Amino acid sequence: MSSQRSVRKLAAIGTSALLVSVALAACSSSSNNSNSPSTPSGGGSSSGTSIKSGLTVYYIPKDTQNPYEVLADKGGQKALSELGGKVVVSSGSQDTAAAQLPSIQAAIQANADAIVIAGNDPSALCPALNQAAQQGIAIVSFDSDITCGSSPNHLFINQANTQQIGTSEVDLLAKEINKTGQIAILSAAASATNQNAWIKYMKQQLTKYPKMKLVSTVYGNDDPATSLTVLQGLLSAYPNLRGIISPTTVGISTAAQYLDTHKSLLSHLTLTGLGLPSQMKQYVHDGTVKAFELWNPSDLGYLAGYAAASLASGVTTLSPGSTFKAGTLGTYKVLPPAAGTGPSVVLGPPTVFTKANIDQFNF
Amino acid sequence: MSDVSTDVVQSQVPAPAPAERSVQTWWRGLARWETGLFVVLVAVIVFGASESSDFLQTSTLFYLGINVGYIAIMALPMTFVVMTGEIDLSVASMLGLSGATVGLLWHHGWGIWPAFLVALLVGALGGALNGVLVAKVGLPSIAVTIGTLTLFRGLAEILLGSQTVPGLGDRSFPASLTKIGVLPVSGTQLSYSLVIFLVLAVVFGVVLHATPLGRSMIAIGLQPEAARFAGIGVNTIKLGLFVVSGVLSAFAGILLTLQNASVSYSAGIGLELNVVAIVLFGGVSIFGGRGTILGVVLSVAIVGSLQMALTQMQVQPEVQSIITGILLLISVVVPNSGEAVRRVRETLARRRARI
Amino acid sequence: MTTQTARRPSGLMSSRVSDFLRAREVGIALLVVVIVVVTTVNNHHFADSASIQQMLTGASLIALLGVGETMVIVTRNVDLSVGSVLGLSAYIIGDLFKHQHIPAWSGFVVGIAIGAAVGAVNGFITTVLRVPSLVVTLAMLYIIRGLDGVIVNGKTIDPDVIPASFTAVGYKTVFGVPWLAIIVVVVVIAVGYAMRTFRAGRDLYAIGSNPDAAALAGIPIERRVFTAFVVSGALAGLGGALFLALHAQVDNSGGIGYELTVVAAVVVGGVAIFGGSGTVVGAALGALLLNTISQALVASKISAFWNQAIAGALLLAAIGFDRWLTVRLTKRLRSSEGAHRDV
Repeated sequence: MSSQRSVRKLAAIGTSALLVSVALAACSSSSNNSNSPSTPSGGGSSSGTSIKSGLTVYYIPKDTQNPYEVLADKGGQKALSELGGKVVVSSGSQDTAAAQLPSIQAAIQANADAIVIAGNDPSALCPALNQAAQQGIAIVSFDSDITCGSSPNHLFINQANTQQIGTSEVDLLAKEINKTGQIAILSAAASATNQNAWIKYMKQQLTKYPKMKLVSTVYGNDDPATSLTVLQGLLSAYPNLRGIISPTTVGISTAAQYLDTHKSLLSHLTLTGLGLPSQMKQYVHDGTVKAFELWNPSDLGYLAGYAAASLASGVTTLSPGSTFKAGTLGTYKVLPPAAGTGPSVVLGPPTVFTKANIDQFNF
Repeated sequence: MSDVSTDVVQSQVPAPAPAERSVQTWWRGLARWETGLFVVLVAVIVFGASESSDFLQTSTLFYLGINVGYIAIMALPMTFVVMTGEIDLSVASMLGLSGATVGLLWHHGWGIWPAFLVALLVGALGGALNGVLVAKVGLPSIAVTIGTLTLFRGLAEILLGSQTVPGLGDRSFPASLTKIGVLPVSGTQLSYSLVIFLVLAVVFGVVLHATPLGRSMIAIGLQPEAARFAGIGVNTIKLGLFVVSGVLSAFAGILLTLQNASVSYSAGIGLELNVVAIVLFGGVSIFGGRGTILGVVLSVAIVGSLQMALTQMQVQPEVQSIITGILLLISVVVPNSGEAVRRVRETLARRRARI
Repeated sequence: MTTQTARRPSGLMSSRVSDFLRAREVGIALLVVVIVVVTTVNNHHFADSASIQQMLTGASLIALLGVGETMVIVTRNVDLSVGSVLGLSAYIIGDLFKHQHIPAWSGFVVGIAIGAAVGAVNGFITTVLRVPSLVVTLAMLYIIRGLDGVIVNGKTIDPDVIPASFTAVGYKTVFGVPWLAIIVVVVVIAVGYAMRTFRAGRDLYAIGSNPDAAALAGIPIERRVFTAFVVSGALAGLGGALFLALHAQVDNSGGIGYELTVVAAVVVGGVAIFGGSGTVVGAALGALLLNTISQALVASKISAFWNQAIAGALLLAAIGFDRWLTVRLTKRLRSSEGAHRDV
């Protein structure tokens, strides 16, 4: 179906700019319709009674192309179709706050019931989101949280406990390198909120391993070429490097491809981090990477969808201890605000992928 | 023998492009182009109103201002710079550097107004750096400003690093100022940034079309050598324009910081080509000497309303990008197509005659 | 008759000035060596073979795109669409591997074909409709990026669908030299030779130095500029294939922002942005210099936050140094000619 859509798009582009957009409007509205038929399934039936039907939830990912976010959006669509509502995915084509702003405005103007957003900037979107909240739109953030001052006006769907992600990656690496040696972090952009939060906890956890020393944090900006250049700089700066943690999918897969093609490094260098199983499958099977972590992005979007619908229907609130049902995932409880984050819900512990289990995952 | 050396020197000097520039033809073409832009704007509005049920809400105008106001402010000095045959690709980085300056000083307890002043000063200095390298040293502006694009963004990154201001423990920016991000100018639906843009546009329009300075800029763009012989201070004017560009980009950075009530080093990243696209779509010739402020204002209005309408209609951003590209192409192809057809016909006729 | 008089200065220029141009390339190469040596003094692993291999590999894509860009810029035009063409080509090749299981070698053919097609569009609009190339290729940048996004639609090409013989090009070495670097060096030598030796190649310089004179001399300007755009596009398409071979995966983000990096590399490499002078060897060395700088900064343990600012400052320094060199050499040429005339 998607290929048919793109063919239609391509045909339209040739004719004229305005015609294109008309044709596309037709396409996108028809695809929305196909999502709406709802057959409540699984645990949805119990909560479905109190969740309003016909809810409109705007999903605003970092950009519309990021493979990870696309999976999450699909999870959201699944959740809302179970609940008889609909999802509108809207964002820019670049990872900037400026590109997300028009989508928030469109959600406000369309009187959406909820916004689910992965923030490209922790604070820059706050004025617009506060406006949305004042209009009664429920705000849920996922993947990368937003920090809008002291007023807790949104719920953060945490992919896994932030502290747990940081500590478990250090633990994973410690086990493989026998708790000894120089290590480095290959991150995304220096201003990425989620990356910086995890790195903070990694540093904290490293105090438990006195013989492991974090020698450098480098930024590959989620660009394969930049990641490769800084990785090589890192390797020549620290020839005794024993381990690299790359808590970003582009970073870990770029580093894995480099190690895979420079196998001699594997005798003393271990790579771990956060990656997509589909991208990492080959490297795990040929032994380049022993273990890495992630959660199911689709579950994350699915949970965010249920949370958004529950907040919009008044089934749950932002106050700590309130609960809501999230379809097939079970019941979730709102956690109290902690340093730097407002009320949040944690999806669950991250999955560790190894040779033994990686083939079971299809994302 | 002396040919050799003059040739070498000439190849380093920006020479006028081989375009036909009879004054009468460009004036007529221009009039047509702005009428064309106006028709496109009306078409976009009619299209938005009929295809999106949200388009005619009053908030559309406010949001449009929030989205394009600060970008449009950078487009005004860019128009002047392009008019004189140069280009400034460092504007978006200067916006980020200015924001980062405000953020850092605010973080260290400075008052907001002194912080703004320093940011504007940084803008003037950065613009002067561009201007000196281009106008005094004689380096090509496209190369210089790609360099300062990297430099200014890098300095912003050094200033703020991974920090966002205000962060934990920082004061919030004054609410009396950050309200420009959520409230229109009272009694209207216009954002503060849009009103400032419109006021500046009037000033820039008067300067360009009704002062000796404006005529000098057009002359520089059309015939730099002739302008020099006519006693126009080509280098001084170019230097001044780069400083103005730096200051207004810094000012746009301050506005964006207040609109967002926060700043990080990556603010406005990648906007330089958007600014150039707006200016070119407004009918300003990349070779200099041709263009009007009215065209740029119409261009801003078209780009802004099209983005609002397409986002409301849930058209994916990639298609918006394609439409932007097509409009840009149309903007340069259409004014040239009549001449192209004539040229092709002439060539064919010549060939036939030869046979 | 007109042909002769108009061609004389450019012919003389190429013989006389080529020495000084070559000196300029030697200067850039020396700068690369200086950076490597200084960094190696601090950190002697910077000169390890793996590190040097990465310097070559990391620079190769920008260098390849720089070759085509040089051909275009020499004619007083510019091609801003190269990064988007690279991204589109890389994804389409990957998609053909994934769904059509095309043989590895054909990936390169497809890449070159896609790039040449876009280059032909750029060239057609620029020459036949006489529209400034900066605007045309900026518009094409938006259009191709958008098209890429529509086609990619959030999907990825993962390592396991790409033939091993294809990715081998991305990392295999011959006597320690990466294949990527060999391919790029071959292209640089071939295009460099063509631009120096063949008439059509030398015409590109004539067009850039003085379009009016070139037209009077009977040079088919439009055909030459068109060809330059097609070659630039084709090389960007080949760059897409090499990108896929190197990274073994691609989504919609391949080549984002490369356009300005390529122009920067070309300018650092001594190619005059207003046409008429500069060589592809210089452009390739410019790309090598930029990549060496970023790698050296990390290897020197300088905070990552400083990377961009230093790169920007060095870029300005390189442009300024180049200018200084030109002015000095021009003076020297003048005075030596004066002396010559006296004799």
